[in-house]
Amino acid sequence: MTASHYRPRKGLGHWGQVLGTHAALLIYTAFALFPVLLVVLNSFKSRRAIFRSPYALPNRETWDLIGYQKVLDGANFGLYFRNSLIVTVGALLIILLVSSMASHALAAYNFRGNTLMGLYLAIGIMIPIRLGTVSILRLTVALNLVDTLWALILVYVAQGIPLAVFILTQFMRQVPGDLKDAARIDGASEYRIYTLVLPLVRPALGTVAVFNMIPIWNDLWFPLVLASSEKSKTVILGAQVFLGQYVNDWNAVLASLTLAMIPIIALYIIFSRQLIRGLTSGAVK
Amino acid sequence: MNSKRRKPFPIHIVVFLAPAVLIYTLFMIYPLIDSLRLGLYQAGEGGTEVFAGFTNYRTLLTSNIWAPTLWNAVKNNFIFFAVHMLVQNPIGLFLAALLSSRVVRGTAVYRTLIFTPTVLSVVLIGFIWRLILSPLWGISKDFLSFFGLGQFNQPWLGLESSALIVLSFISVWQYVGIPMLLFLAALIGIPDELIEAARVDGATGWNVFWRIKFPLILPTVGIVAVLTFVGNFNAFDLIYTTQGALAGPNFSTDIMGTFFFRTFFGFQLQPGNPIMGATIAGVMFLIILTGVLLYLFGWQRRLQRLEF
Repeated sequence: MTASHYRPRKGLGHWGQVLGTHAALLIYTAFALFPVLLVVLNSFKSRRAIFRSPYALPNRETWDLIGYQKVLDGANFGLYFRNSLIVTVGALLIILLVSSMASHALAAYNFRGNTLMGLYLAIGIMIPIRLGTVSILRLTVALNLVDTLWALILVYVAQGIPLAVFILTQFMRQVPGDLKDAARIDGASEYRIYTLVLPLVRPALGTVAVFNMIPIWNDLWFPLVLASSEKSKTVILGAQVFLGQYVNDWNAVLASLTLAMIPIIALYIIFSRQLIRGLTSGAVK
Repeated sequence: MNSKRRKPFPIHIVVFLAPAVLIYTLFMIYPLIDSLRLGLYQAGEGGTEVFAGFTNYRTLLTSNIWAPTLWNAVKNNFIFFAVHMLVQNPIGLFLAALLSSRVVRGTAVYRTLIFTPTVLSVVLIGFIWRLILSPLWGISKDFLSFFGLGQFNQPWLGLESSALIVLSFISVWQYVGIPMLLFLAALIGIPDELIEAARVDGATGWNVFWRIKFPLILPTVGIVAVLTFVGNFNAFDLIYTTQGALAGPNFSTDIMGTFFFRTFFGFQLQPGNPIMGATIAGVMFLIILTGVLLYLFGWQRRLQRLEF
């Protein structure tokens, strides 16, 4: 008898298992989402309704946007949002460009010191860049980059390179060598070959981008240390400062939390497939 | 073209490697090494720095001013880590086991929703939970009353005895998605034939999981453990957001990250001390390095020997 003959019978036990699994997953999902939903829900209510009936949906009586009004008056979230966007997109583009170039060198050429260079670039996968913060701060002072978005971009690029190179090198090794040789025979330069390889590893580039996007957008540490002036604040640092100041104004706190969550939830909705596929495809093994 | 003579190092390889290597070296490797170096120096006259050997480390580990704070932060950090290992990773494994079971449909939806808190900023998560646990709002009281436990409600984040544990649980709640996905990937990767063969032999679901699936995903268990370790000993945002730089009440939630930040950056009227900050970073580096090496040489080597 082969294994394929085996079919679980759909008896009472089977349906019990189905029901039990759904129940457990549903309860956990509710537990994971409840705090977030509660905040979003109450951000649209009047102060009284927030405390009187926290679990009710806002209705015509309790509907109140005073919190959002205060956030828009009290903090420069438009500017913070722009800063976060510049830092995240800028860092991502540079990470993708320089890491793919380095990975191409590691994957396509058998030069002396190849393995050593790969190991050197991999050190940063496990050692957190935060441990070098004291010297990074001094370096940004020396380079005149304090309170600029460039300081953040360069640090995030350095932080992103190790894992990006590791993942991209693995993918680029799978590009057949014949392809490159054919291009060489046609007279393509080594730089031209890089541009031919790049589109072939597009899924890996997507994985790298999604992996880096969320930690960069969400970071508090480096904005706090390197770029805390009003003009260079990111959304997360801006929200942190605003929340600290308005801590007793529940409408403002709930509204600012909701506003700060919107961009990342929007990104997550768009990219969740890539993110989860990246994490589950074994790219980080 | 394939002459045996040594060719000059090809220039295009240098061009490809240079940008990444330069940025990475300047903003990551150099600062790490320079920080470690700085921990071995002391401020001399006129803003110079003089080599002092392990004086700073000795001060940090033994003096009356530094040592109690350091050991408190180390202890708290190990508690923080222990809660993640004992609660986050088993729950992650449990959820992954449920999600990988073939009996239910729609697991992709659950997976995506459960992962949502993980993508949100720790700052927002910290504030959300501060509100939920606030006695003023009373959500946690309602929740406990629902289970008939209303009288046990406390302002947990304000109590020395409970603040650290509650913060650890908040962090677990947020990050459980990561072990869940890593375990899920490993479980999905197990060949069906193995499972079916065991089922045919009459093994129960419980036995299949612990006797067949779990041993096969041991490499992932190691990866999850080391990622948790590095992440926990590098944590900062949650404590800073909910409890402030002083990690109150009375330093009961102080971990290495907040201790490091307070020391090098300064707080309130206390000016920052880069040298002692670098020394604390040195201690953190040694702790993290020990964890990573234990994983690489203890866990991975053992597994490889088991496999062959």
